[in-house]
Amino acid sequence: MAQTVPSGDNSLLRDTISTRKISRLERFLGPENYRIMQGMMKTPASIAGFSLVFFFVLIAVFAQQIIPSVGRDPYAIPRDGFKSDPRPMGTEWNRNVPDIPFWYKAVTGKEEWVHLLGTSEGQYDIFYGIIWGTRTAFYASIVVTLSTLLIGVIYGSIAAYYGGIVDMVLMRIVDVISILPGILAALILAAILTPLIGKSTIPVMVALIAFGWTGYSRFIRADILSVRERDYVLAARVIGVKDSRILFAHILPNAIFPTLILASMAIGDVVLSFAALSFLGVGVEIGYADWGQLLSFARNWITSLNTYWYIITWPGLTLVLFVMGWNLIGDALRDVLDPRMRGKT
Amino acid sequence: MVNYIIRRLLLMPVLLFGVTVLIFIMVSFLQPVERLALYMRDFPKNEAAIPALISKYDLDKPIYVQYWNWLVGKTDKATGVRAGGILFGDFGYSRSASQPVVELIKRRFPATLDLTLWAIAPVILVGIWLGVQAAVHHNGFVDQAARVFSIVGTSFPTFVIGLLLLMFFYANLHWFSPGRLSDDLTRVYESAAFNHYTSLLTIDALLNGRFDMFIDALRHMVLPILTLSYISWATFLRVTRGSMLETLRMEYVTTARAKGLTEHDVIHKHAKPNAMLPVITLAGFSVVGLLGGAVITETVFNYPGIGSASVRAATSLDVVAMLGFAMFIGLILVVAVLVIDILYAFIDPRVRLS
Repeated sequence: MAQTVPSGDNSLLRDTISTRKISRLERFLGPENYRIMQGMMKTPASIAGFSLVFFFVLIAVFAQQIIPSVGRDPYAIPRDGFKSDPRPMGTEWNRNVPDIPFWYKAVTGKEEWVHLLGTSEGQYDIFYGIIWGTRTAFYASIVVTLSTLLIGVIYGSIAAYYGGIVDMVLMRIVDVISILPGILAALILAAILTPLIGKSTIPVMVALIAFGWTGYSRFIRADILSVRERDYVLAARVIGVKDSRILFAHILPNAIFPTLILASMAIGDVVLSFAALSFLGVGVEIGYADWGQLLSFARNWITSLNTYWYIITWPGLTLVLFVMGWNLIGDALRDVLDPRMRGKT
Repeated sequence: MVNYIIRRLLLMPVLLFGVTVLIFIMVSFLQPVERLALYMRDFPKNEAAIPALISKYDLDKPIYVQYWNWLVGKTDKATGVRAGGILFGDFGYSRSASQPVVELIKRRFPATLDLTLWAIAPVILVGIWLGVQAAVHHNGFVDQAARVFSIVGTSFPTFVIGLLLLMFFYANLHWFSPGRLSDDLTRVYESAAFNHYTSLLTIDALLNGRFDMFIDALRHMVLPILTLSYISWATFLRVTRGSMLETLRMEYVTTARAKGLTEHDVIHKHAKPNAMLPVITLAGFSVVGLLGGAVITETVFNYPGIGSASVRAATSLDVVAMLGFAMFIGLILVVAVLVIDILYAFIDPRVRLS
């Protein structure tokens, strides 16, 4: 079939002409998701973001190969003695030395382990803390984000679907929970829970979950309220579909997407809050492989940070890069999903 | 609008009640022995006396009895002395600070207020200015730079920024130091000759004619304010930029341009005022957030505000002080949010005229 294509820029037309080749992947994903995926693969910001996160995934997965664990608990940073003053990068490692991994000699040219990034107060090795802390960061952020998302979505859906007095009461409860500044509320709850549960990552995660889900519930509620009015929901109701089925099979799939995006953008924040709480000194044991806890050592050395710069620079940089990776992905997602950008990938 | 305001006012007691319940739920995680601290100052050394005290303060009774006691206090029938009772302003006795929680709040909150008042202008105005610039130069160099800044800004944890600032400006350059006041001036401040008119250090210093103290106090606030600003700028930038871009696309802006107004007038007189509505809400909430105690910033800079006091209470497991602070901050925030909502009603014509 002969087709007359106008001269000049026809990029808009090309997408609408039905003879455009549609790849198998696009068929599988559907046009909208395909567009999002393409957008994510083309934006420099998201490529940088994905690379950063992927880099950290590698570190987390191969932590044992990068620096083998010492002692029974791999998340307890090995101590090289008990001296209080931090020691600079490249000092010898005498006690609790890890095994030599395959890459070590080739990369550093040394026969024995040295403290690659120095030690912090109490001779905790910073490099070890950063590498194994990556696992803590992923673990905490993913558990907290998924839990808050789940609680928020279920709670918000119930409020929105039933409406009326149920909605009012449920949303006032959300108002109350979100009055206190998040970090303060989580700090108090974590401090109260720590003696009950014991020092670990759990009290902080529970506290972050307890005060972190309210945003999702508000968000999903607003979206459901608009989807609820659509005709197909009415149709489902007319033919007598059960409440729960209408909610979970008809409304939620159409309303949940923006909330999922919100969650993906919140991962960075969760990591920050988690690190902040252990920085403030609640939750994990001293010496636990966690970036916030590693940074908290610096609080006692403020006057001599010019000498001991490495005790904040390396863990700080790691934390910033990790969060930045997630933020870049979130930022790119927001752009790609912006309705005004539609058709411009 | 009257309707709207009345509805907001009616909501306030509900929210306050909610906050007390929320905090009491946290109290109920504690052991009865730990809850004793809510009512008594000196913990008995004799362990055998504890069960009697627990039943004296009803700590073995159902939870609603305990909640009521927590609200109104427990009066000793023989002596008529009331112990506890947050409704009467008795927040208990802080063991970690060895003074009543109310006294501690009276000492600490003015410092937070002082910091908040000085931080408002740099936090809000610079953030808005950045956002407007980014929107006006949409997709231009300024916009891209602002965008990079905003991503980097949101990725920096408060405490890392704070520690880095301390490293450069305190440990290396000795320009600014942590704390609230230099040691010698602290002695002056605490002496009897110094009048505490407002408890706000900067204002009191001026009222007492101590200009050197005013400058010293400001110097101590530079780094905390910088930290607070830096982390808020990214948010303000993003919100202002988005709102401004949307407004600039509106037809009345095109009309204004078609009339031949200068670009400056179009942006600053026509577009900006309308674009500011969501930014005002954000500004309100960030001031409220600052009032609630910049927990991390105050801790990093050793600034004696209510935020750092909460952290000390939490890390030394001083439950009474912790919950007292939470209650006080909750109270302030409920009122502040209400004020914002009502102000918003005056600003937004859509609410004002409804």
